[in-house]
Amino acid sequence: MNPVDTQAETTPLDVERIRQDFPILRRKVRGKPLVYLDNAATSQKPQSVIDAISHHYSHTNANVHRGVHCLAEEATEAYEEVRRKVCRFIHADDPTSIVFTRNTTESINLVAHAWGRKFLAEDDEVVLTVMEHHSNLVPWQLLAKDTGCKLRFIDIDDDGHLRTDRLDEYITDKTKLVCMGHVSNALGTINSVRTIACAARAVGALVLVDGAQSAPHGPVNVETLDCDFYAYSPHKALGPMGIGVLWARRDLLEEMDPFLGGGEMIRNVTLERSTWAGVPHKFEAGTPSVADAVGLGAATDYLMDIGMENIRAHEKYIISYAMERLAELPFIRFFGPRDPVDRCGLVSFIDTDIHPHDLGTIVDQHGVAIRAGHHCAKPLMHRLGVVATARASFYIYNDRNDVDALIDSLLAARKVFGL
Amino acid sequence: MAGLDELYREVILDHYRTPHGAKAVDDPNVEVEGHNPLCGDELVMHLDIADGRIRGLHIDPRGCSISVASASMLAQQLEGASLEDALALKKTFQSVMKGAEWPEGFDPGDLEALEGVKKFPVRIKCALLAWMTLEQALAEYDYDLVGEVEADRDIEIVTKKS
Repeated sequence: MNPVDTQAETTPLDVERIRQDFPILRRKVRGKPLVYLDNAATSQKPQSVIDAISHHYSHTNANVHRGVHCLAEEATEAYEEVRRKVCRFIHADDPTSIVFTRNTTESINLVAHAWGRKFLAEDDEVVLTVMEHHSNLVPWQLLAKDTGCKLRFIDIDDDGHLRTDRLDEYITDKTKLVCMGHVSNALGTINSVRTIACAARAVGALVLVDGAQSAPHGPVNVETLDCDFYAYSPHKALGPMGIGVLWARRDLLEEMDPFLGGGEMIRNVTLERSTWAGVPHKFEAGTPSVADAVGLGAATDYLMDIGMENIRAHEKYIISYAMERLAELPFIRFFGPRDPVDRCGLVSFIDTDIHPHDLGTIVDQHGVAIRAGHHCAKPLMHRLGVVATARASFYIYNDRNDVDALIDSLLAARKVFGL
Repeated sequence: MAGLDELYREVILDHYRTPHGAKAVDDPNVEVEGHNPLCGDELVMHLDIADGRIRGLHIDPRGCSISVASASMLAQQLEGASLEDALALKKTFQSVMKGAEWPEGFDPGDLEALEGVKKFPVRIKCALLAWMTLEQALAEYDYDLVGEVEADRDIEIVTKKS
């Protein structure tokens, strides 16, 4: 995700028009208009995505890759067309290097099983960062337990940037794989994947990027990132829940073992043994989530119509305002980078007198949906010296008045606590 | 906002600001830590038990106002209580949080103020953290008194010393 040279004072998006496409934004919550600021958890869905899923079940539903009838052909074509779309979306060059999973978590587990268990041994090291979401930590802990490989962690500085100045301490000749979030879900930091990939290349290690918080929010190019694996969850990018994406270099997919066994992923099966289908079907055992794939296709169209550069510029426009407004409140302390160039459209903060759960409950009474908790990043919370934070995360249908609603509700929380 | 007023009653905020049980106990028999994995809240409980009674009790809660206030009320009501009474209060409070009424003629003291939590189902686990931790602590001290503690998916208890 490269910084875009756009004045943070304007947005290229027509937010009012975009909002019309999202039926859920018309509903009220606790008698107030919904101010949805939990986009890092999941985004809302435009009508076109909802319609695409409905249309699929109404007109095209059949199982894929196995029928000779008309619907089976159409469903298969629809499913495979989405693979090509996703390939264009992340600027990969080969649609067969896209594997559909259930979510980012499953994508990462797939790599840990199918690549990690085959190629890692005792004394090999996997380098992670202290800011990882549990989904890019626990699979590697399980792998370490099974294979004896060691995990090492890149620390952060006080501004929530990775300590890239000390990479030679973490990434050594023993390093076989570096796994990192592109954008931190808890800090909002946009990490310099290229810098770390460069250090990984120098020792012959592979790089896995957790793109759950980057793919929805700006242009992603897996080639210029110089990574080997890239995973993301379309449900955070306007798509349906139930489908995930893993991109990997094709030669790696070829040499990896299967993840799950079953239908769809075989070439030939006897009672004694089986051989595997080609890439990517080798990794897609069982009936896939075809309707969700179709919904992902519609979501990808929607995002590409707006333009990912424009989305990134819009989020800079909102987050710079949110940071400015939060900085006016002396009782708010926020975490992560101060410069919107290094930060995506989310901010984690605490009120120094009110616990995040209390904040979450109170702002919800004002129709404002934020996340309060450890954000599935408990080691990071420990590193920051807190048990939880509140997090507001923005998307294409949010505008600066949503920031104002958040600030008003934070002030209301102070009143409830008699502060 | 009616719901909020019921949730954040003044007596709860008072307990939150100056919780009971803050003072350390010199030589605890039991040290237990309760965690709420869903939200990250933590609570350390030290009990000094002698002659079947809670002689001293120290609680260090790191959590929201509801979990801190509930822990504070626990400390307020159970210092000096018999283990049987402590366990009975835990059971009564838990059943009230899950929808029951206070028993006829029962004086819940400040705990009555936590009734507003029932209207916020996701916060009930906050009110229960201290009490689940207490149950585990008592079970560590006297298994026969408490019996098998029912596992709760929302709360994880770690015993440090018993």
